[in-house]
Amino acid sequence: MANNNPAKNILYQKLQVVIDEKMELQNPLIEILHQAQEIFGYLPAEVQQFIADQMRIPVGSVYGTVTFYNFFSMEPRGKHVINVCTGTACYVKGASKLIQMIEEELSLNMGETTKDGQFTLTSVRCVGACSLAPIFTIGEEIFGQIDSRNKLKTILDKFNRYA
Amino acid sequence: MSLEIKVGLASCGLAAGARDVYTAIENYLHKEKIAADLKKTACIGMCFAEPIVEISSEKFAPIIYGRITPEEVPELIEKFLTGTPNTAKAIIAKDCEAEENDTYNSQTRIVLRNCGKIDPVSIDDYLKVDGYKALEKSLKNMNRTEIIDEIKESGLRGRGGAGFPTGLKWQFAYNENNKKKYIICNADEGDPGAFMDRSVLEGDPHSIIEGMIIGAYAIGADEGYIYCRAEYPMAIKHLRIAIEAAEEKNLLGENIHGTEFNFELHIKEGAGAFVCGEETALMASIEGERGMPRIRPPFPAQSGLWGKPTNINNVETFANIAWIILNGAASYAKYGTEKSKGTKVFALAGMIRNSGLIEVPMGMPIRDVIYKVGGGMKTERPFKAVQMGGPSGGCIPAKLLDTTIDYDSITKTGAIMGSGGMVVMDTSTCMVDIARFFLNFTQNESCGKCTFCRVGTKRMLEILTKITEGKGEMEDLEKLETLSKNIIKGSLCGLGQTAPNPVLTTLKYFRDEYVAHIVDKKCVAGVCKPLIKYEVIEDKCIGCTACARKCPTKAISGKVKEIHLIDQDACIKCGICFDVCKFDAISKS
Ligand SMILES: Cc1cc2nc3c(=O)[nH]c(=O)nc-3n(C[C@H](O)[C@H](O)[C@H](O)COP(=O)(O)O)c2cc1C
Ligand code: FES
Repeated sequence: MANNNPAKNILYQKLQVVIDEKMELQNPLIEILHQAQEIFGYLPAEVQQFIADQMRIPVGSVYGTVTFYNFFSMEPRGKHVINVCTGTACYVKGASKLIQMIEEELSLNMGETTKDGQFTLTSVRCVGACSLAPIFTIGEEIFGQIDSRNKLKTILDKFNRYA
Repeated sequence: MSLEIKVGLASCGLAAGARDVYTAIENYLHKEKIAADLKKTACIGMCFAEPIVEISSEKFAPIIYGRITPEEVPELIEKFLTGTPNTAKAIIAKDCEAEENDTYNSQTRIVLRNCGKIDPVSIDDYLKVDGYKALEKSLKNMNRTEIIDEIKESGLRGRGGAGFPTGLKWQFAYNENNKKKYIICNADEGDPGAFMDRSVLEGDPHSIIEGMIIGAYAIGADEGYIYCRAEYPMAIKHLRIAIEAAEEKNLLGENIHGTEFNFELHIKEGAGAFVCGEETALMASIEGERGMPRIRPPFPAQSGLWGKPTNINNVETFANIAWIILNGAASYAKYGTEKSKGTKVFALAGMIRNSGLIEVPMGMPIRDVIYKVGGGMKTERPFKAVQMGGPSGGCIPAKLLDTTIDYDSITKTGAIMGSGGMVVMDTSTCMVDIARFFLNFTQNESCGKCTFCRVGTKRMLEILTKITEGKGEMEDLEKLETLSKNIIKGSLCGLGQTAPNPVLTTLKYFRDEYVAHIVDKKCVAGVCKPLIKYEVIEDKCIGCTACARKCPTKAISGKVKEIHLIDQDACIKCGICFDVCKFDAISKS
């Protein structure tokens, strides 16, 4: 793929290594997409085209799979992705209120990224820590019982500080 | 004196801050030069009391402490060492009173036998508690049909939701004459609000792997997959470590226990699609495709993964297998009812005091599960309903609390047993809103293949939204019922066939709430925003301006020390004024 941006080229090289490695598996498309999203942060059209070319499959199949699964994103995301759980237990215990608080604290709406590119706010269907509802995750860290603005602020500040 | 300390570091523990407690213990032991065996374990099920620490020694039986903060660590250990354990924070203990002794002892733990007791990533810990003995027994002393017969006799039914007899399912896969067969573990745990599988995956991964190896041997499979949802990173990590350890000990791989039997096990990560919990969609997803359900028959036992005979079971189903083989079918069938044998794990969540995991014999009334084992309601507000079966299930009202827990009784209520999620609701939950919540979920997660599921759920969601906005009409209720019938009939897979259940059960048991929304324009639970009105109570307002300053739409007017007023047209019902007022001067109606 012709690309003049050297930083980007390194990412494509990384992806190439992943694809070469996985191609021996039976249809590794989903695994490759997982890795590609890790490398690029999201899956823009050109990355999908690259994967399709390398795997010798129609780009439509790649696009179809990307849009089918909630885990894959075609939009760039912030450095920290806040996933608020909107499962039943969290819903009953005030997930909507938590979302509202985060939206206010960060001045964004669900699905958006802050202007400084620090945070993206999305939702998830349950992370299995329902006893500690309401919950959100940032990366692999889980934060439970976030029922006050102060608790929320302390956590967000921590991530902002190590930005 | 040899001291042993265990800290629960499963997802629930971490969410409650257990990592800091672990570090505090580590530092304290180091600083005071105390020789102790500090271990990481997983979730014992008492998630409501996390972070949880267990301390024991030669002299003292284990005491399990709950809600421990890092600051309390030094005193806790010191008192234990000096022989005067601090029992105020004990939640489970043998030799002394403890808050949760009764709720814990009223359980029967088969699936959860090791959860929260062993280090889940240590195969040696698992071997010490008779781990992989059932596999050895199966390979050395039983032939394949004997294993299947044993599982049949135990009466074990699939724990993934539908309750199909496991032994019979294995028999079908066994009967197929094919060199290549697969076995799959369904670890997609789609019900949002359920976490039984997560706990076992994180806390006792070897028990699932052992169950799968025995199953593979019995049906004649040489390759298997665990399909685990990507939202459970710790579960995936523990499974990876467990599989590697089992391979090193030749419990996986070629010529297991020196026999002809080979078995290779892989992990497949999901990518966030609820429908992938459905078995045929799950197999499509393993094959790298979009997770679209396929028409059955042919059933997976005849033509499953890559067209080969395949047996698929749920996590909890597999976690029962080793216990049954070791202890015998009769010991298992001793528990439960005539048609639903054994025990069942439930994830209690929502407005219940002891939210967490419990395991009880089938046949226990729901009332006992909630009030005895679950410790009753969390607040003063009364019980309203318990949601079972997630998006495919329904809401069971107070008058049916004496329903016993078994597949057939639960189905009779209109809900389903499902995988074991129980979300308890009190009067602060609006039943119309909860029906809308689930329809929104299924509508989002419908794969789009069947028109009725794709469009029908959308129409139902629109009607429900209209009702929660106070714009509903009485004939909408009939429309909902007609749509429900048609969606059930016109859908290929279980997702569509069960999607209307949350609406049908709430319509059946809480019709008056629907009517109140439509006719009186009232939401008794105070949840549906368009039906709520915030007003200033003039007698109580001192004019502090706190609400006016915080109001995001500047809908509140009034000067300092003057009574404030809310402009109803500008109010977006966010409730911030209600929360910030220190004088209870805002009313919500
Ligand atoms: C929409 C839908 C979602 C499902 N989700 C799950 C799930 O998350 N976990 C599960 O074990 N079974 C799920 N099932 C049931 C599976 O299709 C299948 O019956 C089950 O894995 C069989 O295992 P068992 O016999 O051990 O219960 C789901 C079914 C449907 C229709
Ligand atoms: S419902 Fe939020 S963690 Fe399960």
